[in-house]
Amino acid sequence: MPFNIVVLLKRVPDTESKITLREGAVVTEGLNFVLDPYGEYGLEKALQLVEQHGGKVTAVLFGSADAKETIRKALAVGADEAVHISDPALEGGDAAATAKVLAAALKKIPFDMIWAGKQAVDEDNAQVALRVAELLDLPHVNSVIEFNLEADGKAARCVREVDGERDVMTTTLPAIFTAQQGLGELRYPSLKGIMGAKKKPITDWDAAALGVAAATVGAAGAKIQQTKLEPPPARPPGKIIPGDAQTAAQELARLLHEEAKVI
Amino acid sequence: MSNNILIIAEGRAEGLKKVSYELVNMAQTLAAALGGAVEGAVVGSNVGAWAETLAKTGVTKVYVADDKGLEHFAPESYTTALAAVINAAQPAIVLFGATGWGKEVSARVAARLDWGLATDCTAAQIENGALVLTRPVYAGKAIAHVQAKSFPVMVSMRPNLVPPAEADKSAAPLQTVAVTLAAPRAQVVEAMVKEKSKVDLGEANVVISGGRGVKGPEGFAPLNELADTLNAAIGASRAAVDAGWIDYSHQIGQTGKTVAPKLYIAAGISGAIQHLAGMSSSKVIVAINKDPDAPIFKIADYGIVADLFDVIPALNAALKAQAN
Ligand SMILES: Cc1cc2nc3c(=O)[nH]c(=O)nc-3n(C[C@H](O)[C@H](O)[C@H](O)COP(=O)(O)OP(=O)(O)OC[C@H]3O[C@@H](n4cnc5c(N)ncnc54)[C@H](O)[C@@H]3O)c2cc1C
Ligand SMILES: Nc1ncnc2c1ncn2[C@@H]1O[C@H](COP(=O)(O)O)[C@@H](O)[C@H]1O
Repeated sequence: MPFNIVVLLKRVPDTESKITLREGAVVTEGLNFVLDPYGEYGLEKALQLVEQHGGKVTAVLFGSADAKETIRKALAVGADEAVHISDPALEGGDAAATAKVLAAALKKIPFDMIWAGKQAVDEDNAQVALRVAELLDLPHVNSVIEFNLEADGKAARCVREVDGERDVMTTTLPAIFTAQQGLGELRYPSLKGIMGAKKKPITDWDAAALGVAAATVGAAGAKIQQTKLEPPPARPPGKIIPGDAQTAAQELARLLHEEAKVI
Repeated sequence: MSNNILIIAEGRAEGLKKVSYELVNMAQTLAAALGGAVEGAVVGSNVGAWAETLAKTGVTKVYVADDKGLEHFAPESYTTALAAVINAAQPAIVLFGATGWGKEVSARVAARLDWGLATDCTAAQIENGALVLTRPVYAGKAIAHVQAKSFPVMVSMRPNLVPPAEADKSAAPLQTVAVTLAAPRAQVVEAMVKEKSKVDLGEANVVISGGRGVKGPEGFAPLNELADTLNAAIGASRAAVDAGWIDYSHQIGQTGKTVAPKLYIAAGISGAIQHLAGMSSSKVIVAINKDPDAPIFKIADYGIVADLFDVIPALNAALKAQAN
């Protein structure tokens, strides 16, 4: 049976990026933005499920106006349509506010299943998707590395990985799943896919379209407020221990004990 | 709402996790500044022993939600139980450990109660009556300073930041919290038992990681031997994980685990920015690499330019000799 699958994707700086700060904020000029890697694993699973069972994949991205280019990648690899939520009034929120925006959007999109990332690799919040699950009163399975539909198509059986331990979790559908590395890498877009993506629909929604109360979203709705960003503390220069492997290893053992005092 | 801090303890078959004791210590500092008490909570099935241990760590009360329905992990049931405990305690701040479990349940409970939540924090203090926190973002490439706009608020704190509280004080009273659980839609049906490393990566004082330079699954053998000597956990680069030499659960880095042990030994790892993201806040970093130009040497406190298969066994022998 066909599935309507929504994938929640955030726009984040490429993991290769050097993060430069100016006046307590990230310098975004020159940064290469991509879809968040964990969300991409979820997108791949969604594409596979729709290939096997039919249906539709809708990519949903909430972000700044220029995030539109980033969401096109989801269309280029095979998502059928995209929703781009963007509005200055929605900016400056925390995870709680973001989840409210996404939950409001999801009330307007029919779905059987939602995929998201375990965490977005910018702020590493690891909470937006789980908050959305609670706000929509949906069950969730977090950190999925293996996903199987039950025969009746109304439930799923997953292997999930948490703190190095694995367990099998079952859930009824609809449900939210967050993807963990190991679920499978996202395919590359084909040239045809990239060309075709230009013709696929991207729906734009703003705060008014979602009907969210202004006090609950954006900077006004944020309960946790960022005051500044700082570079991580610099590390003092280290030393290369000279000599052959044997000599150097002995010296290292001494240094770790007597100088660094860590063992 | 009180001025109290509630810590949510976490356990496993062997007993409470170390992070639970660390949370008590962190909460003491916050409670002193806020003029409140530190209380603890235990949720699960058959968790009386955890509650009794927690009661001796210096907390003033332990809330216990003990229900058969919590025997197997089910996000909805745990959310309900935690919400009940939090409603009973009425704290200003709830502290969770930023473990996989803590991060998962805290997010859902925070949404249910409509509270703010700052995850994976590395410092927490009260300034001018407000809770201010630091949390690494962009996988540690920047440190965010965040503030809770109001109370109550939830926080998850990274393990290993402060010493654990001792469970040697007189026992605080236990308060049972009744929970009514509906049948969960999502639940754990089977724990997959696999060969587990003896030492938990998140809690380890020493982590020894291997990369592409270990050349194969058997290349981890000398690292394992050294790990036995140092009571260390084994980590890996993504290259070693992707090659299938070691399980993903050992991966350190931006898309793996973040660790901050006292000692991190990187063997045969070049030091890609995504790897550094997961370990650069370790106290002391040792790099062993054949290539003197490997970027890992830029952040290492001690470096050895040589073949890891010569250095690791020699280091193991030297440490054993030193210990005697
Ligand atoms: C989205 C994304 C996320 C990523 N996330 C992560 C992550 O979480 N963690 C991570 O680690 N990587 C991650 N990576 C991959 C990262 O970019 C690097 O490719 C990876 O870290 C390289 O692993 P490595 O250092 O083991 O291998 P290489 O870079 O191949 O380095 C191997 C090193 O071993 C040395 N060597 C070889 N033989 C010996 C020997 N006998 N003795 C001593 N030294 C030897 C070599 O000189 C070399 O420096 C990510 C990449 C992307 C794109
Ligand atoms: N702005 C956003 N737009 C779409 N999806 C998001 C957004 N923020 C978070 N998500 C989803 O929630 C997951 C967890 O994000 P986070 O809680 O920010 O670490 C991400 O991997 C996405 O799937």
